Amino acid sequence: MSIFVDENTRVVVQGLTGSQGRFHGLRNRDYGTKVVAGVTPGKGGQDVDGIPIFDSVAEAVVATGADASFIAVPPRGAPMAILDAAEAGIRLVVCITEHIPAKDEALVNARLRRDFPRTRLIGPNCPGLISPGKCNIGITSGDIALPGGPVGIVSRSGTLTYQALHELSQQSVGQTTCVGIGGDPVPGTSFVDVLAAFQDDPETRAVMMIGEIGGDGEERAADFIASSMDKPVVAYIAGVTAPEGRKMGHAGAIVSGSRGTAKAKMEALAAAGVLVAKNPTEAGELMVGLVRKL
Amino acid sequence: MDLVEYQGKQYFERYGLPVPPGETADTVAEAEAAAERLGYPVVVKAQVQVGGRGKAGGVKVAYSRQEVAEHAGNILGMDIKGHVVRRLWIEAATDIAKEYYASFTLDRAAKLHLAMVSARGGVDIEQVVEEDPDAIARLHVNPLDGVTLQTLRELVDLAGLDLRAQEGAAEILAKLYDCYIEGDADLVEINPLVLTTDGQVRVLDAKVTLDDDAAFRHPEWAQIADLGQIDERERLAKSKGLQYIGLNGSVGIIANGAGLAMSTLDVVNQVGGAAANFLDIGGGADSDVMANALEVINTDPNVRVILVNIFGGIVRCDDIARGILAALERVDISSQIVLRLDGTNEAEARRIIAERSSEQILSEPTMLSAARRAVELAGTPGTPGRPGTLGTPGPRGGSSE
Repeated sequence: MSIFVDENTRVVVQGLTGSQGRFHGLRNRDYGTKVVAGVTPGKGGQDVDGIPIFDSVAEAVVATGADASFIAVPPRGAPMAILDAAEAGIRLVVCITEHIPAKDEALVNARLRRDFPRTRLIGPNCPGLISPGKCNIGITSGDIALPGGPVGIVSRSGTLTYQALHELSQQSVGQTTCVGIGGDPVPGTSFVDVLAAFQDDPETRAVMMIGEIGGDGEERAADFIASSMDKPVVAYIAGVTAPEGRKMGHAGAIVSGSRGTAKAKMEALAAAGVLVAKNPTEAGELMVGLVRKL
Repeated sequence: MDLVEYQGKQYFERYGLPVPPGETADTVAEAEAAAERLGYPVVVKAQVQVGGRGKAGGVKVAYSRQEVAEHAGNILGMDIKGHVVRRLWIEAATDIAKEYYASFTLDRAAKLHLAMVSARGGVDIEQVVEEDPDAIARLHVNPLDGVTLQTLRELVDLAGLDLRAQEGAAEILAKLYDCYIEGDADLVEINPLVLTTDGQVRVLDAKVTLDDDAAFRHPEWAQIADLGQIDERERLAKSKGLQYIGLNGSVGIIANGAGLAMSTLDVVNQVGGAAANFLDIGGGADSDVMANALEVINTDPNVRVILVNIFGGIVRCDDIARGILAALERVDISSQIVLRLDGTNEAEARRIIAERSSEQILSEPTMLSAARRAVELAGTPGTPGRPGTLGTPGPRGGSSE
């Protein structure tokens, strides 16, 4: 099994006619993902490499039965695109868009919570998610992932997600699903949301978690792991040497005073029984050792 | 973007918040002239983006022209925690009866806006949080609902503000919320918010952080002078669209993706080195971006060796390899380059690098071995990492990984 997506997931790409949408949408299809539709207002009736384009998500859903959306539109249009998808009944929305204003993200999350509680948003500013061999939505390279489980991966960073996949695949340890939740201050889906789904997924037998400085998502994850998980977790937190008060690339990655430090997160996770690695390679080694004993 | 105090106050004024009259001054003469216009007493305040200005002697009350000249002379050029004072804010002094605290920011976990108000203002609020968390009244605000004067009245009452300050404080909070929302700020903080001896509520300090991602709908932001202490290299990097932060070490870092860049800094530190910078070339970098990155790092005299750590996804490793070679053609790069490439088109990249057979570029198979190699090359003090001046070569291959 996998979480959030599987081989039957039908994907509509919002912004498929744009350069990013086209590149990644077709790449996702090449991987085997059922990319059934594209949406670009005003371009309904056209197609991108055989994939039909619709004017709205609602039309795409009616015509193709799409149940997941991949949003690859610029920051000004992305908040409306997310709500359009939710309104059309899409249950999983993956938004890779970077640089959406924080106020817009807060508003979108509030709207989803109030009006569309059944829609899950992953991102924004995330690499997307991949269930190896079944479905790939977003920008992750399919060839670094290995089907068959038993490891679930959840990460705030893009390239560190690839690094984690690579460390495991090289040792022939497969993944059930790998979810990039994104580097923004208000992710639609949190570490805790993904950990809960992995806990409930019978095929996922261990979880690798990649965090970074800023916020308290990792600390909340530690509380959840201690109280509600019996599957083993390996964690790596980036940014031990990050200076205070500087955003390290991601909008959400900033140490403010004593808050959000890597050290505090690592201590919280270790106290929750998580194996905490010093670097991505060690995280891979710890997980490989752990999986071989399962 | 972090605003300094006077910029924050000017931003507050746009939204109708009551701030005391004041003027900026970059010289002693300007400070004197401003004080003469404002009338005495005035407060002479250092405009730097760092807390603890008062303790460092960067905030002084002056009762005469002579005192203004004296304080301005002392404060201009003063170094406060690494921030050199180049601008002053001369403000009409306020007679303070009570000091409070008020702010709006985003509560990430709750995904809601958060108002915080305290009757214990004028001190470091983080300290108050630690010593007496109950001294801070909190209110979560759903962006779909906003605030009402009534909820804000209840908040300032809960915080224990003096009765005669409550109505004024609630009105200020309502305007502060507008400033926070419409002004696209990540943080608006008033510390202290004061009750004057004659019963007025006034804004005495302003801390404002603007959300850079919202700049497209705020053309007025272009007028705000950037007084941050970002150095020339950070400016150069920014102009080339690179995420660069200068640090103090000797290993220059180039990576793709913020997480991988941060992680590279950590790993360099773990193997006994220190990074000279954080540099993220981004998720879609091509050879030109790579060449620009090398150029930026090459201007840092502390850099002895450059560690390039790339995990190709959308970024193609062969593009990175071409970018490195292009940079070597274009600029005189004296440091050696330790290269770790994995992912999309890595074989082609290795071929391109091998073809050049430059002693300046050293390939390593893993992030860890690359970090070790770089730190070793950076290690010998006084010996820049140049071909021909090396001591023992680093561990080859992935034997230890």
